[in-house]
Amino acid sequence: MPVPYDEMLDPAGAPRAHCRPYYGWLREQPAEQLARKRTEADALFHRLGITFAVYGENEGTERLIPFDIVPRILPAHEWQRLEAGLKQRVRALNAFLADVYHEQRILKARLVPPEQILCNPQYRPEMQGVRLPGGIYSHIAGVDVVRDHDGNFCVLEDNLRVPSGVSYMLENRRMMMRLFPELFARNAVEPVEHYPDVLHENLKSVAPAGATDPTVVLLTPGAYNSAYFEHAFLAQQMGIELVEGQDLFVRDAALYMRTTRGPERVDVVYRRIDDDFLDPLTFRADSTLGVPGLLTAYRAGHVSIANAIGTGIADDKSIYPYVPDMVRFYLDEEPLLNNVPTWVLRREKEREHVLAHLPDLVVKEVHGAGGYGMLIGPAASRAQIEEFRGRIHAHPERYIAQPTLALSTSPTLVAQGLAPRHIDLRPFVLSGREVTVVPGGLTRVALTEGSLVVNSSQGGGTKDTWVLGPDWSQARDETL
Amino acid sequence: MLSRTADHLYWMSRYLERAANLARMIDAHQRLALLPRQPEAVLQGWHATLISLGMDSAYEARYGAVTPRNAFNFLAFDRDHPGSLLQCLRSARENARAVRGTITSDMWETLNETYLDSASFNTSMPESARGDFLEWVKYRAHLTRGITSGTLLRDEASHFTHIGTFLERADNTTRMLEARWRDPGGRGERLLEDASEWAVLLRAMSAFEVYRRLYRDSVTPLRVTQMLLMRQDLPQGVHRCLAELQANLAAVANEQSAETLRRVGELHAQFQFGRFEELCAEGVTTFLDRFQGRLRDLGGRIANDFLVPSGTY
Repeated sequence: MPVPYDEMLDPAGAPRAHCRPYYGWLREQPAEQLARKRTEADALFHRLGITFAVYGENEGTERLIPFDIVPRILPAHEWQRLEAGLKQRVRALNAFLADVYHEQRILKARLVPPEQILCNPQYRPEMQGVRLPGGIYSHIAGVDVVRDHDGNFCVLEDNLRVPSGVSYMLENRRMMMRLFPELFARNAVEPVEHYPDVLHENLKSVAPAGATDPTVVLLTPGAYNSAYFEHAFLAQQMGIELVEGQDLFVRDAALYMRTTRGPERVDVVYRRIDDDFLDPLTFRADSTLGVPGLLTAYRAGHVSIANAIGTGIADDKSIYPYVPDMVRFYLDEEPLLNNVPTWVLRREKEREHVLAHLPDLVVKEVHGAGGYGMLIGPAASRAQIEEFRGRIHAHPERYIAQPTLALSTSPTLVAQGLAPRHIDLRPFVLSGREVTVVPGGLTRVALTEGSLVVNSSQGGGTKDTWVLGPDWSQARDETL
Repeated sequence: MLSRTADHLYWMSRYLERAANLARMIDAHQRLALLPRQPEAVLQGWHATLISLGMDSAYEARYGAVTPRNAFNFLAFDRDHPGSLLQCLRSARENARAVRGTITSDMWETLNETYLDSASFNTSMPESARGDFLEWVKYRAHLTRGITSGTLLRDEASHFTHIGTFLERADNTTRMLEARWRDPGGRGERLLEDASEWAVLLRAMSAFEVYRRLYRDSVTPLRVTQMLLMRQDLPQGVHRCLAELQANLAAVANEQSAETLRRVGELHAQFQFGRFEELCAEGVTTFLDRFQGRLRDLGGRIANDFLVPSGTY
């Protein structure tokens, strides 16, 4: 495997130009001071209740997502390129969704095989022909981006259903400002705190026609969901009601919430529950989280749902290899952001190549998520590899494969001091009247040495993500 | 406001108030233990408290005979009984967590911190530290109420928080009185002993100085009872609680709440215009029992009208 790209230090171990002021400061900090700040951060996160509740065996234990106090820093020019690529990609994905659920031009053009769409469980025939305000399907997209050994950004995954993690982006910044105010005076870090305002504006902008002062609510599965903190946080920051399915009901194809003063009309639902649970009359009948009849109100155009129902067809791993083609097809542009090279095992030639190189590759199940249902060749035993070989022979269409990436690293404070750990980045792309990306995103870090799995469900942590302002970069260019 | 949000606010404040008053009830026993009393009377005193809280059978199932230490452990620390002090703090916090977007972050952080810190208190606490624990609970409740009054918008959220607080306080004050009346040590015959025992109740309720100012006379069971029931200006008093309850309910009135408002008004009027001697003509404990029943009725009606509306929608 090639040597990973370190985001703060060059191969000689010197700080990269944009990191010099921070790294200089970091080197001056005594180890005890850093350790103390980290303990302080943990205590604050507990007190603020930014925790996962773990109910069951060990009563009352609550877990933190580990927070690393060393930020990940991106210079303005790198961010600008990344931002343009993200906006372009999400525009294309929304155009694809609108096309799939209306004219299906891309299928007629034979760019994507029709059975890949129409036979996919993520395709929702209920959405065929339904017109949505602004033609937007994925109002909030979380695009997982990694950097290869040359430092090039590429997209690992598009999350277009109910992407989470943005509250950690916001809270990590608040925490850093509280712990190290002096750093923000020295480094021109682009703010992220306006995210809830942009999101609220976007949600209001997609309200059904005729709703003059639209009421937006956030639909949560409830206080025992692991992402509940984020739901409550966003609702509070936007000043909207945080509702559960039991708080809502549908009458005459319109949605209402039960209030202490009687029913009140709801125009836009920012839902944080999956399609399957939204409406027991249409999807899973045993769901108690959703609202019976919601789909009727939605299809009648009396309520907007963000993200739309059926967006899973565009972030499915079997569709991912086609995204660069979508950019060309819908926007007539060359993609600014590449995919990770991907072999589609449904195609015989690519399958043969993959089967010959299984120990070097990562194989993913197209419907898996969260790091499950996946073979990491270099880390797998012979038996695991043979098991996957059998599964691929039986159902090649269920798998894709990618090279094992040397994810970029960043210095991270671990028990032994500062050490490089692999990281990724999830920027949040908001689509309303225009497409916006708040500078930065959520940086996830694999805290175990050598590990490439950054998912919080599997022991990953997070970092604050700094995008430096252009002014600072200019100043840097002059001094160089 | 969402009905479910109102429900959580209401229970958040009820549990917090209950925790604080439970600390006061236990504190009264800690103070009584300093008086020269027969061991028999001490046990009967704890038993009376368990009965007035409706927790006597749960206690017996768990511990059998009453001992001061077990009674303290049960009321303060029992993790399996929803009425114990620690469980009340936990419930207050769980309800706050469900509406952390509606209350201010100062309120949430305080309730959360109280809950997190409460984990360090348990049955292994030495006798000498137990008084500090009760003080800590009262202090956290004072702090939370102060932050609530200092930061919470005076809208429906504040009204439902108050409705929970005052309904619970009216109930708890009558239970504290009931426990004292049921305590055979306090039958009013042995005036001197009674005076000190009823003074203990006043001190536990932070009402002793007020009593002196209002009565300038010796402490008697009937005077204490009259003060805690009838004074319109006493924050711990039942009359005051009913006035607050009525005002806050009127502020959130909706299409179906007319009968509830009538009943709270009727109850309030008893205290506003009634004579103490007539209210208690059939005995103080009989009156207190009947009154608690009417509070339960109000609680049920409030739930139906505002908190968990069903059927009508």
